[in-house]
Amino acid sequence: MSPLETSTSKEEYDLMEGNEAIAEGAIRAGCNHYYGYPITPQNELIEYMARRMPESGGVFLQVESELAAIHMIFGAAAAGGRAMTSTSSPGISLMLEGLSHLAAAELPCVVVDIMRAGPGNANIFPSQSDYFLATKGGGHGDFHNIVLAPASVQEMADHVMEAFYLAEKYRNPAMVLSDGVVGHLTEKVRFNDPKPSPASKEWCVTGARGKTRHVVKSSLGIEPLCEAVNLKIHQKYEDLKRNHTLHDTFFLEDAELVIVSFGIASRICRKAIRLAREEGLRVGLIRPITLFPFPSGIIAETAERGCRFLVVEMNLGQMLEDVQLAVNGKANLDFFGRAGGVVLSPDEIAEAIKKSYAGKAH
Amino acid sequence: MIATRPKLFIGPPLHYCPGCSHGIVHRLLVEVIEEMDIREQVVGVAPVGCAARIHMYLDIDFVKASHGRAPAVATGVRRQLPNHHVFTYQGDGDLLAIGLSEGLNAAIRGENILVVFINNATFGMTGGQMAPTTLAGQWSTTTPEGRDVVKTGYPIRYPEMIASLPGVTLATRCAVDSPANIRKTKKTLKYAFGLQKTNPGFALVEILSVCPTNLHLSPAESLDWLRKEMVSYYPLGDIKKPTEGTEDAE
Repeated sequence: MSPLETSTSKEEYDLMEGNEAIAEGAIRAGCNHYYGYPITPQNELIEYMARRMPESGGVFLQVESELAAIHMIFGAAAAGGRAMTSTSSPGISLMLEGLSHLAAAELPCVVVDIMRAGPGNANIFPSQSDYFLATKGGGHGDFHNIVLAPASVQEMADHVMEAFYLAEKYRNPAMVLSDGVVGHLTEKVRFNDPKPSPASKEWCVTGARGKTRHVVKSSLGIEPLCEAVNLKIHQKYEDLKRNHTLHDTFFLEDAELVIVSFGIASRICRKAIRLAREEGLRVGLIRPITLFPFPSGIIAETAERGCRFLVVEMNLGQMLEDVQLAVNGKANLDFFGRAGGVVLSPDEIAEAIKKSYAGKAH
Repeated sequence: MIATRPKLFIGPPLHYCPGCSHGIVHRLLVEVIEEMDIREQVVGVAPVGCAARIHMYLDIDFVKASHGRAPAVATGVRRQLPNHHVFTYQGDGDLLAIGLSEGLNAAIRGENILVVFINNATFGMTGGQMAPTTLAGQWSTTTPEGRDVVKTGYPIRYPEMIASLPGVTLATRCAVDSPANIRKTKKTLKYAFGLQKTNPGFALVEILSVCPTNLHLSPAESLDWLRKEMVSYYPLGDIKKPTEGTEDAE
């Protein structure tokens, strides 16, 4: 998945906004339940769904809150539906209870978080400050969300489709983690065919005709039973790590300074890297595409080469910690970030690159 | 008061759209608080919605709540400040969608707070999605074919809904579409603040309002729409009010 390079294909493309591309991509992937609540900056998604979902025969409902939405997702998924909701940062906090229950009950679903500044109501400007929440599970207990981080409108479409596939394969919530910039970009997009559904859903509740009845639940039993479920879930993540970790690189081969950045920040970094390369600085980029599972492997390999790292995010250091773990003390690491809804500029990243390159920690 | 601005009104400029009812109700609140001389004994709780910025225009203490939680926040304030006036100012999404539980539970407890409920039948701040008070058949960005009550339920008549709760002292509905109605609304607000001392309990003043931007009508057309479309479904007047010298039925 490296759709940031321009295509010379003569196939047809649509011109769409990021938020709408997620909605359309979801429907093409067979999403037949959307429950959501308006919140800036992703209202275009719910409004697109209001028009398009009834057309495609699925369920659209604007519900009373994000808390209600995630529990309706739970019900729809338990009964065998392909369910999705979307929100922004203040709303994702309300969904954390639901995510924990969905993971425990081993239900597939897709949750879209179009990030804005935090904490609290903060403001409506873009940020990347839900990284911890998204990748560490967010809700209580030993679990993770599968997390994809699109950086373009094409990836908004591709990642939501992949999210449905992975959610069903692993019976776990999958999150598309984007932000108010990519959500509002208008770019060309082509909707690819979705992968076939990875598993049959004999576990779901549809009335126990001709089979043993099923109970979908997040209560996991006394300690040994509960531990067994936790270990089973943990094993899923091990398989996910081996088979579905994704990343992208840019000018990595000869890089002495390696930026690690995801989503919109990585795109702005590409511009800064071009500026730096013009001045002869050998800078490259590793872009995590799945944030969980995190592409530690490529970072660890690169650290062995003697590179210096610069982590760039629109937060005050969240993915930074995963990079630090992957680097494992084998290389020097700098950080540059902005918070509160400030969108990074190529110039300030170029300044940070120069400082890093000169070996000054900052 | 002839053509003066109340001292406690610390706008302008206000951020609201031309024809928005928030400006009118903000002013009424400020006049009431000044006339009753209760500035130092009042705490307001602000919502999420266009009126999240009410605190910028009224020179009184405010707490900003997260979406829908104002009645819960007001409960905490009230329990800490038993002798103050405590009010929330909420829109239809804040009070009746995400905040339905907090509002109802405050009413059930008979929490001594005043809820000023601005009903404009839309989600204004986020661009005109369906609200719990959007009328049957009404267009919104998430009901582009008009609100279908089979799929989404009927609009909520809130004062009627909570009137049966013993903890509710006042449940009433006003409008701000005309000078006469604006004056009545002011009287009602003043009365409701006074009740916090004489008949402590949950008071709800619903105020029929307009959002011309999301109605896609001019301010004047919006007020006509309010009169023609809203009042027949949301009738004006007292649904519940304390009776002289008797206690509310248990």
